[in-house]
Amino acid sequence: MILSLALVTLLMALFGGWLFRHSWGARPWEAQAAGQSPHRQAPPGATSARVGLGVILAVATSLFALTVSAYLMRLEQGSDWRPLSMPGLLWGNTLLLVAASLALQRAWRAARAEKPAALRTGLAWGGGLSLAFLTGQGLAWWQLTAAGATLQASPAGSFFYLLTLLHGLHLIGGLVAWWRAWRRLGRGGDITAGVELCALYWHYLLVVWGVLFALLLMT
Amino acid sequence: MVESRGSAVVEEMELVHPKTFLGKYIWSQDAKVIAIQYGLTATAIGLVALVLSILIRLQLGFPGTFSLIDPSSYLQYVTMHGMIMVVYLLTAFLLGAFGNYLIPLMVGARDMAFPFLNMLSYWFYLASVLILVASFFVPGGPSGGGWTLYPPQVISAGTPGAGGGIVLMLVSLVVFIAGFTMGGLNYVVTVLQARTRGMTLMRLPLTVWGIFMATALALLAFPALLVAVLMLLCDLLLGSSFFMPEMLNLGEPSGHEGGSPLLYQHLFWFFGHPEVYIVALPAFGIVSDVLACHARKNIFGYRMMVWALILIGVLSFVVWAHHMFVSGMNPYFGFLFATTTLVIAVPTAIKVYNWVLTLWRGNIRLTVPMLFAIGFLFTFVNGGLSGLFLGNVTVDVPLSDTYFVVGHFHMVMAVAPVLVIFAGLYHWYPKVSGRMFHQGMAKWHFWLTFLGTYLVYFPMHFMGFAGVPRRYYAYGESAFISESVITMNLVITLAALVVASAQLLFLFNMAWSLRHGEKADSNPWGATTLEWQTPHTPPRHGNFGDQLPVVYRWAYDYSVPGAAQDFLPQNLPPEAVSRAEGGEASS
Repeated sequence: MILSLALVTLLMALFGGWLFRHSWGARPWEAQAAGQSPHRQAPPGATSARVGLGVILAVATSLFALTVSAYLMRLEQGSDWRPLSMPGLLWGNTLLLVAASLALQRAWRAARAEKPAALRTGLAWGGGLSLAFLTGQGLAWWQLTAAGATLQASPAGSFFYLLTLLHGLHLIGGLVAWWRAWRRLGRGGDITAGVELCALYWHYLLVVWGVLFALLLMT
Repeated sequence: MVESRGSAVVEEMELVHPKTFLGKYIWSQDAKVIAIQYGLTATAIGLVALVLSILIRLQLGFPGTFSLIDPSSYLQYVTMHGMIMVVYLLTAFLLGAFGNYLIPLMVGARDMAFPFLNMLSYWFYLASVLILVASFFVPGGPSGGGWTLYPPQVISAGTPGAGGGIVLMLVSLVVFIAGFTMGGLNYVVTVLQARTRGMTLMRLPLTVWGIFMATALALLAFPALLVAVLMLLCDLLLGSSFFMPEMLNLGEPSGHEGGSPLLYQHLFWFFGHPEVYIVALPAFGIVSDVLACHARKNIFGYRMMVWALILIGVLSFVVWAHHMFVSGMNPYFGFLFATTTLVIAVPTAIKVYNWVLTLWRGNIRLTVPMLFAIGFLFTFVNGGLSGLFLGNVTVDVPLSDTYFVVGHFHMVMAVAPVLVIFAGLYHWYPKVSGRMFHQGMAKWHFWLTFLGTYLVYFPMHFMGFAGVPRRYYAYGESAFISESVITMNLVITLAALVVASAQLLFLFNMAWSLRHGEKADSNPWGATTLEWQTPHTPPRHGNFGDQLPVVYRWAYDYSVPGAAQDFLPQNLPPEAVSRAEGGEASS
């Protein structure tokens, strides 16, 4: 629990600190001086969609941190922990996810530079590679099950299925956003904002996968 | 619904303007309609929980008299009462109903930041409620494992509802959390992004601050429940052993090995304790605004109130294990968590002092919302003080699982927030409905509820000292249960019946006043916040007509010397103030 505690407290502390900073010197009881026109108080560049993505990432961070904490606690407390041999396929899947993230990054850059062809290619590769990653994860499940490492067989196996499932579901959620951007591109709309959010979300999920994979390998 | 869609509306935000009845009132994307949908659904499921509590009380007051209530169904009533009240009523009402109605109006926005997601959030909530209700009708009935759903008991054969009931409960929670996350995303982004010109963070009414901080807590805490619920489902349906240890159940091996029930408790309470503040913080916010408005006085120490909210929010994540003092965890942990628990009393006490100081020498108007707000102060202080007892390990160990705990948490997180919900409902009823409620009925409702709940929960503390254990169906021939406890249980049951009927009076009042209440003017309480300054009452879709309001001041300019009406609305420009005050003030 210490890990998620640290992370969630860090998130809350950052958020609280940000709020404190905004409120420290404020003198709320003073009204706007006459003749001074009030303005909107929001940091430049903070759009609703970006802030929304930030909130989603905070929620996902809490979810993954807690699951990892549960994993570590179960590892420590249970007497029946047997390490699980990871299928080699996972290395390939990791490369696929890295490539998907890079492709979306290129798509984002292309969108900013207004290069429609490169945008289309990047976006298509990003989605395609992600689907390939998900298929690969499915194959890894199949390999493990065929080898007898089922969900019931060992706690390490149970956690493997749970963690990959949670990560996969988040990726599928991302693919819904990707699909909306893709269709909008097909209709000729401006999707710079959407591609940016996709790219950031994919980088985040790549980092999460990196952490999960390292954890699964080490224990 | 806005007839004149001025350019301002289109510039700021595209609103969906459906033409059909279904589009306006059922599949609505207007936060105010969604708020009412949330409120009505929460009230309906809350009534179910109220009936369950009456059944519990009937068994305790008249043991064995009603054949309907057997030991299993008693446990099911206790479980469902707790779960419904905490999650499906309080959380949904304070955040879903008050949050949706008040956030856009109070920050000066047309609607929530993502209206479609907001609508989806309600439909997820409704689905979760229906799934939960369905569990009453499956073979074996709803879960009876206690609202905390501790494994291994809750999913082991022999526990009531260990089959279909618990599956539906867990699925319902997953759906609820998904729906809440969509709503919560909306609340946070709307407060951060959609505030009108001049509405700085430090000019937000405390209601918005409370709902905002509670939402931030909920967004980070609900994932813990989600993980716990998913793992419990795996243990139940797929035969994994996350939480389930190797054990014999009814003489049969359970088929699990090595799981850790303690792990579940950690995950559950990592959500469960912040949940207390998810309910409390919006209540803190609402009560601050109601007290200031009806005492015609600015809130004492606004900045301190905001900082206390933030601090309580941060601290609430590091106190969860005080629910687990008797779970067999490392005793050093207990010491640590007792300390953090007592530390969190400091910002909470600051808030209580500030409320009292707000009342001090205020021009108190004992309106119905004010009565409920003052009632909250008494109940909350009472419940808070017994919390200090339970926060200490050495005191908690003997009191654990007795009626002292039942008395404590009902005072502090059941009655106190419910009194605030009533204060808020009466306070905003004229704005939401355009009518005034019936004063006489409302006052009866207050006194019966306030005094009645005291009569119900205060004696429970003494029963706890006497060692009466909670969750028991009947006490039988136990020598340590004295005769006075049996009499007290009878008195409590009678009081509970009175309190429950008072709630019917409340519902009748709300419904009756919709048609027969006096027409309310747009700002009957003389309040400063933006929702009272809308051009229409009730506010229409888009909230503010053609022009969004501009904010020049905080929400607490009450009893201003020289002001035309004794208060200054947040959107009153300083030029207008000096004109109203006359020549010498403007120089």
